[in-house]
Amino acid sequence: MSFEGLIVILVSAAVVNNFVLIQFLGICPFLGVSKDIKSSAGMGFAVLFVMVLATIVTWPIQIYLLTPNDLGYLQTIVFVLIIAALVQFMEIVLKKYIPALYLSLGVYLPLMTTNCAIFAVALMNVKENYTLVESIFNSLGAGVGFLLAMVLFSGIRKHTENADPPESFKGAPLTLIAAAILSISFFGFSGVIENLFG
Amino acid sequence: MNNFSIFMRGIVKENPVLILLLGLCPALAVSTQAENALGMGIATTFVLVCSNLAISLLRNVIPDKVRIPCYIVLISGFVTLVQMIVEAYAYTLYQALGIFLPLIATNCVIFGRAEVFANKNNAFKSLLDAIGMGAGFTLALLLIASVREIFGSGTWFGIEIPILISNNIPILTLAPGGFVVFGFLVAVVNKFSKTGTRNEFGCKGCPQAKACGKGGTLS
Repeated sequence: MSFEGLIVILVSAAVVNNFVLIQFLGICPFLGVSKDIKSSAGMGFAVLFVMVLATIVTWPIQIYLLTPNDLGYLQTIVFVLIIAALVQFMEIVLKKYIPALYLSLGVYLPLMTTNCAIFAVALMNVKENYTLVESIFNSLGAGVGFLLAMVLFSGIRKHTENADPPESFKGAPLTLIAAAILSISFFGFSGVIENLFG
Repeated sequence: MNNFSIFMRGIVKENPVLILLLGLCPALAVSTQAENALGMGIATTFVLVCSNLAISLLRNVIPDKVRIPCYIVLISGFVTLVQMIVEAYAYTLYQALGIFLPLIATNCVIFGRAEVFANKNNAFKSLLDAIGMGAGFTLALLLIASVREIFGSGTWFGIEIPILISNNIPILTLAPGGFVVFGFLVAVVNKFSKTGTRNEFGCKGCPQAKACGKGGTLS
């Protein structure tokens, strides 16, 4: 796979097919934790970190263990369990060896088990028949896209929190409509790949 | 709390999608067509019923410390079952739902009911709770999908609607449309909800709140 091909995968996962705003993956943390820039950046980095790590672990298991032994149907159980175990393991490791990182990312780690974006990226890598390097670039792109969406949206939410909408639009509805406008802006990236690399 | 109110709670008062704002990924992603939304709702309800039943029956067997891994295994096992059934008997639905079918395993509604309800109540009550929550989830999905399909592509369950078919708003079937329609529906729910409390994203409804250390409580 050429380097250009890897960049196409990265850009495609990060902006063109942005996980949150175009594909609706990881909506719960996107709407729940984006109130201020600090927590959204923390959540974004935690997702990026776990996504890449989960890919590095799940890809070999699928290719060398499940596929050759005709155990493809176990994919869901195995992937979900691996991600959950990985998150627990990381929590322990970070707490013991890198306390500074644990302080900033630790609170978000338990939420990763039910974060569909991470599970989805692991499934997608297998579905698209990516090689390991391509898979890593795909998850890196997905993670960067998630981080980008989180940070951008926290900036917007700062303003929507101070806005004065009609009573029934206060809170969640206004947040959702702001997310829709951000999502429209990401449609502007469609065609970027064709124009840059096509 | 009597059995009827346990059942009705999931449909109206604590609707997982429109009130608790949980499980939004499938709710927004597969709601471009009413048919897919119905399929997704039924699949999720099936997993929810099975997992609630299994977890409430095993609640005295599963040690408290390892309950979360146990729930994960049980839930993803049932999801695998649903994947196989849908692939065998409804292949078009299987293709339409795509990646969102295995993603039922990470739907926080299912995990939330296991953690909040099924591990504290008997099998019958857990079953009622699961059916109620599943019905609430399905109805909410169907509502979002109906609005998006009728105004976005001028059809409903694939049936063409005379005037709207030529005057559709295609953006409603795309991602931004999902956010907008859901936003307006939540606003409508806010307008008519008697409690007067605004629903808000965050820790209140999240099943992980306890693990997260933010001390969320949910009855």
